[in-house]
Amino acid sequence: MSALSSDALSQAGAGLTARGWRVFGVWLAALLLVPTVADSYFLSVLTTLLWFAYLGQAWNVMMGFAGQLSLGHSLYVGLGAYSAAALFVHFGIGPWAGVWLGMLVAALAGAAIGVLGFRFRVRGVYFALLTIAFAELTRIGFSHISWLGGAGGLFLPVSQRVNNDLAGLRGTPAMFYYVILVLTLAALLLCRWLLGRRIGYYWQAIREDQEAAQALGIDVFRYKLAAVLISAAMTAVGGVFYAFFYNNLFPEQIFSLSRSIEIILDVLIGGIGTLFGPVFGGFVLTPLGELLTWSLDRAGINIPGAKQFVYGGVLVAIVIFLPDGIWPPLARRLGLTRASSDPVRSSEP
Amino acid sequence: MSFSVPPSVIATGVLTGLVYGLGALGLSVIFGVVRVVNFAHGEIMVLGMYGAALLAQHAGLDPLAAAPLVAAVLFAGGWALQRGLINKLIGRPEHMQFILLAGVAMMLVNLMLMLFGPEAQAVQVAYAFDSFELGPLVLDKVRVYAALAAVLVAGGLSLFFSRTRLGKTIRACADNQLGARVVGLDVPRLYALTFGIGSATAGIAGCLLTLMVDVRPLLAPELTLLGFIIVIVGGLGSLTGALLGGLLIGVSEAFAGFLLLPSMKSMFSYGLLILILLLRPQGLLGKSS
Repeated sequence: MSALSSDALSQAGAGLTARGWRVFGVWLAALLLVPTVADSYFLSVLTTLLWFAYLGQAWNVMMGFAGQLSLGHSLYVGLGAYSAAALFVHFGIGPWAGVWLGMLVAALAGAAIGVLGFRFRVRGVYFALLTIAFAELTRIGFSHISWLGGAGGLFLPVSQRVNNDLAGLRGTPAMFYYVILVLTLAALLLCRWLLGRRIGYYWQAIREDQEAAQALGIDVFRYKLAAVLISAAMTAVGGVFYAFFYNNLFPEQIFSLSRSIEIILDVLIGGIGTLFGPVFGGFVLTPLGELLTWSLDRAGINIPGAKQFVYGGVLVAIVIFLPDGIWPPLARRLGLTRASSDPVRSSEP
Repeated sequence: MSFSVPPSVIATGVLTGLVYGLGALGLSVIFGVVRVVNFAHGEIMVLGMYGAALLAQHAGLDPLAAAPLVAAVLFAGGWALQRGLINKLIGRPEHMQFILLAGVAMMLVNLMLMLFGPEAQAVQVAYAFDSFELGPLVLDKVRVYAALAAVLVAGGLSLFFSRTRLGKTIRACADNQLGARVVGLDVPRLYALTFGIGSATAGIAGCLLTLMVDVRPLLAPELTLLGFIIVIVGGLGSLTGALLGGLLIGVSEAFAGFLLLPSMKSMFSYGLLILILLLRPQGLLGKSS
């Protein structure tokens, strides 16, 4: 049944109805106008929201479309961030050149994991463990590379936050906000395009039943590897953004397992394998987290861990009650998508 | 740098490894029967560590004496977790269970962060700095006691699964879930029992660990990963494999910590994990399927 709905999606692109497109337009216009009214705090929250949505979109290519579970995506974030930051700190080379190196390094790491994992038939949960092992190995390794700051961190010089210098990715919070907004939209477009291509169909076939896909003559190895490479390179771009937005990189944070889990939260809430799920999930989870922080602040309680605790609870609740995520049923109910037009990941075996 | 490793380093690795192995044993039991990779295993171990720490602080109980109490509480917790949550996912894709337990792990580690704070706490026992001397070997008393206890509990578990009726029933259920249902076994109940046993084992390992390591919430993810490494190296679902894997990791970490930087010692383990995943995914002692 889910195979059918996937097909329907690919033909229909995003599968949005006229009403869906109108809502999308209003949402986009609102996002474009936000910096004119929002204060810097609100803007930074939105920037973080979009950053996670972007990374979720990238992760979704590998898991949601091609069915390969990665719990080590922080690896690609970190490699992208460190590549561009190292070029900038040591050679004065800007982020728009650095981003290519970041994508290359992350794609190479992805290729190593993919080739090893797929050639040696490491599957499912074992493959997820392999991705974790590589991320952890890199985390510890980077803590000992003094050229990259080691465990003490790598810091980018913060020159100014007043004038916008897009070429050097140096500027106001509003500039960074627009950059991540454009990245998020670009990722959305790229995913929509991919899903409509041959590769998108092949991925979904592999996701639903790898043996059947193979029997039909699909080069399973090649298309799974392509998913890893695309996902890793996309994720690395997010890493470059992180480096220039926050200006400090610590292996303990950027390569951490908890970061890898955070990356998948939005997607799970929105709906694994859906086009709008990652972004939608971000707009559910972040307000929830902010509301919680705000209420705790109001109550004068400062407990580290409370927000993450609730996030964990949300994750559990979603898996138990809404394994397909919130977006697919909600969008159908509101008439935003055509019936069975989103490639909902099958929750039945 | 000298490459001659003092025998005490190896002995310390062996003793520590046995306790790691016991923790991993719980993970292995759960995987072997319920077919769930318990992403929250390290979190359960650290819960056990805090249990031991609290009982030591407030009741003056030695962690060794606290172990049965902690085990009982965590048995109930594991049982409830399986009954209330994981049993609902039987038959769903395995990645959903994995993600569910990642969520549970996130809740537990942050709950402990909220309750106990991020700082490391030590549990002091009177014999903390005593040691046994056997010829050239100098063995910390705490490590010897912890390792002995670990071997005892592992032996007990092994007897339970090979000799008792309930243990055999659980194994039957592990071998063939459908067959177990056909002959009328209450599979969800057996799963809950197994998860309880696995959690209790993790809790005991946690208690023993407090003799050697300071407890802090963020130790939990490290222990989870360590558990994965050990059971995959030893072979998921194999009890002896888990102990052997624990020994191997304990000794290799002791070596690496001695020869390289202590902070690099777990790189060794992750490297080993990757090698095993690629070359012998069923583990050293696991049965190939």
